[in-house]
Amino acid sequence: MLKVKDLHAFYGKSHILQGVSFEVGKGEIVSLLGRNGVGRSTTVNAIMGDVDRTGSIVFNGEEIAGLDAYQISRKGLAIVLENRSVFPALSVRENLILGVKDMRKVGRWKIEDMFEMFPSLARRADVPAGALSGGEQQMLVMCRALMGDPDLIMVDEPTEGLAPKVVEQVADLLTEIAKRGISILLIEQKLTIALKISARIYVMGHGRIVYQGTSSDFENNKQVRKDWLEV
Amino acid sequence: MFETIIFSLLNGLVYGLLLFLLSSGLTLIFSMMGVLNLAHAGFYMLSAYFAYSISIHLGFWYGLLFAPLIVGFIGAMVERYGLRKVHKFGHVPELIFTFGVAFLLEELVQFVWGRNQLAYNKPEILEGSLFTLFGADFPIYKMFMLIVSVVIFIILLSVLKYTRTGLIIRAAVGHPNVVGMLGHNVPLIFMVTFGVGTALAGIAGAIAGPVLGTYPGMASGLGGIMFVVVIFGGLGSLGGAFIASLMIGLIQTFAIAIDASLSDVFLLMDIVITEQTFMYDIWVTSLSQVAPLIPYLMMVVMLIFRPAGLMGARES
Repeated sequence: MLKVKDLHAFYGKSHILQGVSFEVGKGEIVSLLGRNGVGRSTTVNAIMGDVDRTGSIVFNGEEIAGLDAYQISRKGLAIVLENRSVFPALSVRENLILGVKDMRKVGRWKIEDMFEMFPSLARRADVPAGALSGGEQQMLVMCRALMGDPDLIMVDEPTEGLAPKVVEQVADLLTEIAKRGISILLIEQKLTIALKISARIYVMGHGRIVYQGTSSDFENNKQVRKDWLEV
Repeated sequence: MFETIIFSLLNGLVYGLLLFLLSSGLTLIFSMMGVLNLAHAGFYMLSAYFAYSISIHLGFWYGLLFAPLIVGFIGAMVERYGLRKVHKFGHVPELIFTFGVAFLLEELVQFVWGRNQLAYNKPEILEGSLFTLFGADFPIYKMFMLIVSVVIFIILLSVLKYTRTGLIIRAAVGHPNVVGMLGHNVPLIFMVTFGVGTALAGIAGAIAGPVLGTYPGMASGLGGIMFVVVIFGGLGSLGGAFIASLMIGLIQTFAIAIDASLSDVFLLMDIVITEQTFMYDIWVTSLSQVAPLIPYLMMVVMLIFRPAGLMGARES
């Protein structure tokens, strides 16, 4: 589904990603772990073309490394950014409508589905998105990404700063999305969530992938956790 | 007194709405692309010249229709083949680029049409006065300008509020990269916005040419005020630009109409100003004499007390 090979990324002169390679299969949840500042967010932003990059990114058998963000998005690759990028002045409904790329096409997800899954969004459909709580905003941006009918979603730190109960909700939604055949690349700090829902784990350090394995392998590998994750 | 108020009100509205036609495009472009388009007033002037040339051959109405369209198209091309290429080098090169375009437009206009004011006239049907009040006439043409501005304003607002394109544009204001990641063609949106913005300036130029004069200085004449409107209203805020346009339009016309000076105020307090009084010149300068300065003064005061402007949201 998504094959990233030897990805390098740069912020000006800083060489942030130094040859990142990984894969996400169809309907698979894969987690990308690592300490702050090792380049996890840069990785997904580089895939979307928001950061200068070199290397190969093959999505659905097609090379997308030279494309603009909107072209990549139209190929079926969605991103949910770290900072809960709702359009604060627009209503919840308008935010969701903006997720639709082509009004003529009927996707897997409709606005009604979203409102059914998250009644709190339905109740506040005409409220400016900026007035929602952090958890609701997180749900909104994930729903907005689904409205575009993607084949793969990259989710950057969805549970950051959320209450435990809301974290649970996010995890449930991600599992539900994967069940419908959509792949997920999850960037997460909370190991428990990542281990609970994902099949495979990649760990990043210093702009490279330093470990890859299944969730159960990773759980037993204390050394990796000590070297690359624990502070 | 009553007639002065009525006429100043109407003139202020006409002038204010004209300012809004100009500043709405400027502020829209800025809030979306982060580019302060220094060539904006140049497009306003270019449109007046185009409208003049078309009006000679086909009549005023064709000029009013086609000049803004041509200028809008040129604006879109400037974005597509100029600004977009400069964009990746950052904001300062962009600013310098638009500065260059402004110069180019001014030179081009003088090269083609010469340095003198052109006889760009209003059509016969809009000559004459609409009504006479206390012996003073209100010209039909000013009412026409008022109506055109209001109609354009309503269209602009409806498109932004009720169409899908408008929704995408409102979202792209401040968050263009997120809109791009949702699969909307942001470069195209930029180009269209730039084109529409310059076309709005074009409409202003085509209707203002006959009354404010079509000459090479018309861009710099209104360019300064236009930036005052955008900064006063808050960079990037269409609502702020609307309020600021009307305020500046009204304040300036009222100031021109009032022939009072500080010495008159002192007179009320029984202080008589004579030529021997300290700083005599300042006390007898009338409000109408300083009218052109007032908008700039307003801008300075706004920048001191509320740097984001009336309704500005964008921090940078």
